Amino acid sequence: MHLFSREKRFFGGNAIVGGGLPQAVGLAFAAKTLKEDRSTFCFFGEGAIAEGSFHESMNLARLWNVPVIFCCENNLYAMGTALARSESQTDLTAKAAAYDIKSVSIDGMDVEAVCAATKEAINYTSQQQRPMFLEFKTYRFRPHSMFDPELYREKKEVEKWRKRCPIETFKGLLISKGVIDEAKISQLTKDVEAEMMDSVEFADHAGLEPISDLEKFVYAENVGVR
Amino acid sequence: MITYREALRQALREALLADTRVFLMGEDVGAYGGTYAVSKGLWEEFGPERVRDTPLSELGFTGLGVGAAIAGLKPIIEIMTVNFSLLALDQIVNSAAFLRHMSGNQIHVPLVVRMTTGGGRQLAAQHSNSFEGWFSHIPGLKILAPGTVEDARYMLAEALREEDPVLFVEHALLLNREEECGTRPENFNAWNASVRRPGHQLSLITYGGMVTRCMEAADRLADEGIDVEVVDLRSLRPLDEKTVFESVKKTHRALIVDEGWRSLSLSAEISARIVENIFFDLDAPPQRLCRREVPIPYAKHLEDASIPQVDDIIARVKVMI
Repeated sequence: MHLFSREKRFFGGNAIVGGGLPQAVGLAFAAKTLKEDRSTFCFFGEGAIAEGSFHESMNLARLWNVPVIFCCENNLYAMGTALARSESQTDLTAKAAAYDIKSVSIDGMDVEAVCAATKEAINYTSQQQRPMFLEFKTYRFRPHSMFDPELYREKKEVEKWRKRCPIETFKGLLISKGVIDEAKISQLTKDVEAEMMDSVEFADHAGLEPISDLEKFVYAENVGVR
Repeated sequence: MITYREALRQALREALLADTRVFLMGEDVGAYGGTYAVSKGLWEEFGPERVRDTPLSELGFTGLGVGAAIAGLKPIIEIMTVNFSLLALDQIVNSAAFLRHMSGNQIHVPLVVRMTTGGGRQLAAQHSNSFEGWFSHIPGLKILAPGTVEDARYMLAEALREEDPVLFVEHALLLNREEECGTRPENFNAWNASVRRPGHQLSLITYGGMVTRCMEAADRLADEGIDVEVVDLRSLRPLDEKTVFESVKKTHRALIVDEGWRSLSLSAEISARIVENIFFDLDAPPQRLCRREVPIPYAKHLEDASIPQVDDIIARVKVMI
C-alpha cells in the first residue's frame, strides 16, 4: 500500500484518498523555488475529486502557479460508487477549469492519446509554470479488492470495456503498422512474466523484517517510544 | 526586556536570514502582519514569496508544506490557532508524522508548524482549545511549547534543525509578556524539561501558558512558607521524564497542571509514568489540575472557572501538603 522510492523520486503511496494532492503541489512548489527542472505528476482517481483536498490543491496550484500535472484516472467508480451518484457535476474538467486551470479530457484507453497529451502537459507546465489537469477516461476490469462482490455494476458493462483494453488495442496497432510481430510480443510477454516471477521469488525468500526493528524510523534518531 | 511576541518575531527573522530555503506561510502572516502580529514587518523585509499569505485552506497549505519539506525546502507553517489545525489533521498525522516510518526511512518531513494555543481571552469554545497534549499522542511528531520569553526566542532554531515534523505551540496569553532575554545560553537545549524554580515540598509539573501561573502560585505559597518546585516540560514529545522523576524523587509529591482536559490526556500520561517508575518515592498520590471537561464558555466567569487559575493551584497544593 505504501510504496515509495526516494531514488526514483516516487513519493507514494498515500492511502488517504486525496492525501497526496497538496503534497504534490508542495513537491512542484519546491522544484520551482529551488529552480530544479522537473515535472511533478500527481495521480488520483475520480473519487478524490469529492475530497476537500482536491479543491484546496487546485486553488493553491493555480494561485501560486505551481507546475504540477494532476492526472485523474476516471474509471467511473469510487470503489462501488458510480460517478453520477457522488458528483453533482460529472464533467471533471469543468471542476479544474473552475480554478482557472487548463484541463483536458483524454481517452485513457488509447495509449497514443495518453502519451501525446502527457507530452503536451509537460511542455505546458514547464513553459508556462502553471498547473494542468488531465482526465484519463478509463475503466477497472477487475474488482476493487478481493472483498468486492461487484454488486454495483453489470457484467455486460465490464465486457464492453474489456473490448477496449488499451494493451490489446495498442498491440493490434503495432502489429498492423509492422512495428512488432507476434513472435516478439510473445517473447516480451515471457520476459515480463519471468521478471515478475523473479520479484515474487525475491520477496518470498527475502525473510521478514525482525520485530526488533519495529520502532526504527519513527524519528530520525531511531529512538522508540518517548 | 522583550515580549514573547517580539522574541518569536526575532526567531523567525533569524531563521529567514540564516537559510534561503526557509519560508513562512499561513493565513494573514504577510500583508496583515500576522493575526497576533508575530510576523509583523517580515513581509516587508523578506517579500511575499518568503512570507507567504495563504488562502483559508489549512489542509491544502499544510499538505503543500509537507511536500515542500520532502523536496528540500524548510517550511514554517503558521496555523492561526491550534483550533484550526483540526482542518489539517490528516496531513499532520497521516502524512507528516508517518511518512518516515511508512517509507522505511526514505522520506522525511522536516516541517515546523506554529500555532497559537490556549484559552483565557473570551473567545469561546472553538477558539480556546489546548490540543497540544492531543498531538503529543502521535508517534512521529515532536511538540515544543515555549513557556518563557527565552524559549520563544531560541526554541524555533532548534525546531528547524530537526529532520522530523515539529509542532510549535505559542500560548496566546503569553504574547504580551515581557521578560529578560539575553543571548542564547551555551547549553540551550529545547528538548529538556527545566526546573524553573527549585523547591522541596511538592513538584508542580506544567508547560506553556501554565508556567507563569505555576510560578506565581509558587511565589505566593512561598510567602506562606510553602516551598514548591516548578518543572516546565518545554517539550511534550519527546517527554523528558528523567527531569520530572528527579524532581518528584526530591519532593515526593507531584501536581500536574495542564490547560488541556484531564481525561485520557497528557496529564494522565505523566501521572502514569510517575506511578509506574517512582511509586515508592511518593508520599502522596500524584494529582492533576486541568481544564474542566467542557467546551470553553464565552462568559468570563465561566471561562475562568474552566481553566486552572493561580488560586486553584494554590488551593490544590495546600490540600496535598
